[in-house]
Amino acid sequence: MVPIAYYLVLSAILFSIGVAAFLIKRNIITVFMSIELMLNAVNLAFIAFSRQWSQVTGHLQVNGQIFVFFVMVVAAAEAAVGLAIIIAVFRARNTLNVDSIDLMKL
Amino acid sequence: MHLALFIIFAGLCVAGALNLLLQRHPINSALSLIVVMSSLAVLYLLLGAEFLAAAQVIVYSGAIMVLFTFVIMLLNAGKEERTHGSKLAYIAGFPGAAALLGLLAFIFISRRSSFGQARLGEYLATTSDLSRVLFKDLLLPFEVTSVLILIAILGAVALARKEH
Amino acid sequence: METHLIPFLLINLAKVIVVVVIFLMSVAYTVLLERKLVGRIQNRWGPSRVGPFGLLQPLVDGAKLFLKEDLMPEAVYRPLYILAPIIALGCALMSISVVPFGSDIKWHGVQLFEISDTNIGLLILLGITSVGVYGIALSGWSSNNKYSLLGALRASAQVISYELALGLSLVGVVLRSGSLRLRDIVGVQATHGLLSWNFFGGFQFVAFFIYLMAAYAETNRSPFDLPEAESELTAGYHTEYSSMKFAMFFMAEYGNMITVGCVATLLFFGGWTSPFGNLLPQPHNQILISLLSIFWFVIKVFGFLFLYIWVRGTLPRFRYDQLMGFGWKFLVPVAVANIVVTSFCIGLRLPMQ
Repeated sequence: MVPIAYYLVLSAILFSIGVAAFLIKRNIITVFMSIELMLNAVNLAFIAFSRQWSQVTGHLQVNGQIFVFFVMVVAAAEAAVGLAIIIAVFRARNTLNVDSIDLMKL
Repeated sequence: MHLALFIIFAGLCVAGALNLLLQRHPINSALSLIVVMSSLAVLYLLLGAEFLAAAQVIVYSGAIMVLFTFVIMLLNAGKEERTHGSKLAYIAGFPGAAALLGLLAFIFISRRSSFGQARLGEYLATTSDLSRVLFKDLLLPFEVTSVLILIAILGAVALARKEH
Repeated sequence: METHLIPFLLINLAKVIVVVVIFLMSVAYTVLLERKLVGRIQNRWGPSRVGPFGLLQPLVDGAKLFLKEDLMPEAVYRPLYILAPIIALGCALMSISVVPFGSDIKWHGVQLFEISDTNIGLLILLGITSVGVYGIALSGWSSNNKYSLLGALRASAQVISYELALGLSLVGVVLRSGSLRLRDIVGVQATHGLLSWNFFGGFQFVAFFIYLMAAYAETNRSPFDLPEAESELTAGYHTEYSSMKFAMFFMAEYGNMITVGCVATLLFFGGWTSPFGNLLPQPHNQILISLLSIFWFVIKVFGFLFLYIWVRGTLPRFRYDQLMGFGWKFLVPVAVANIVVTSFCIGLRLPMQ
């Protein structure tokens, strides 16, 4: 038996680490990975809330889980496009450091 | 047993996330993110979301992170360099993230009594429960995501193609 | 469950140990089978010196690999170089844990012929397969060798691409049985023997051939063994590995072969059910039933392994762009068409609601 609040606190911890990594990391791929970490933390919160909602209403509620499903689909699409952008940027500027990719034009 | 499993895999999650933050080499960060995602799959199972646990492993650890490692290998990314821009991020980043964590944790802990307890084996969402909602009530959003995926594929191909 | 934690853990540990030992033994003898069969295909004898018919050859091979010096090249990235074979072998061993080997026989409430019976067995298998690619990708990257890196890049691109065709080919089977639990999928095929197997009665032979080809690519076996093509890449991703670490990759490859054979048997050939269905009288003795089910299962998996080795012995290797084109332009569309046709058939047969 584990209180659902623990799952939510874990999700908060993961989300904050994701935020910190997003701000501190200088490699564009790692920055992108910290976005994925934040998405995962949110997914955990969704599933915990869906479980809580099931307990409140007394029967199974899956709407929170459906939301996670859609987040996964969007994350997959995002990863495909994002990584393609990273490859394009690397071809143009030959670096992965976000501080040297700060110009809008080449 | 539930508590023991929760502690083990929550610990793995936090350790993996911290490792992502501390490692300098992107491939180490990617591997620690895989650890986080796989342990999250176990936590989903503990919460009774069995289809999502499998989908988490297949989609996140098996597809998205493979793409990440593939790109890291392809671009031969080395250790990240420290540049002047990162100093401001240090000053703003850590306190900001810590404040966010403090706020969220405070809310969750102080309202702990209004949340229930999760027991193993209760409210198991089987694949058919999930698909009944997905293909009856939410059919249109589901179809729209397929269009989204198609657009993403086209965009990725257009972006990554070499100009002739 | 919380009260019986210790017996639960002990029973499962015992099952895991038994299954892993049998699995590793069968891996060793699959290697011998391959050497023997490829030998016969090429008009040679194959290993025949150690023991009767060379039957002790796997033990000698194992001892040789154990005793060789474990080289650690200078320029490798050490943690990942060591981790990679562990991931490869670990995934190969883990995936066998949801495979049911025999009929549903319980002894004091413990399922005898399966480590764990889950509702999402098929998805777990797919998930573990998709994680297994890290072993190959990381080994190639951490070796710091051009051949290894090229092999690893080829392998990961190939595995990701063919995973799609593999997953889509299984959808028809899942539609037919309406469940992801492997026991239910076998249960649908149990009634009329040969005629109710998904391969014949379910008209899933298109799906089976897609599965077969995707599985060859997933396990990096000939004719899709480009990641370790010796004529181009020395040995691909395991060029820099020696001794025990090389043996782990080797065992992972053959372990994956066996798992793929088990899954094909379960999904398309009725698992442990007899091909004669109810034509033969059913035995009533529990021991006889379990022995028969194991017998049929092993025979079917053996047939699949034979096919694997036969293909290896006869077909030449693909070119890389042909491989990718084949996967994306042929297998995936055919798999989608199979899903459409299968769901139409099932939809027409079901009563309108």
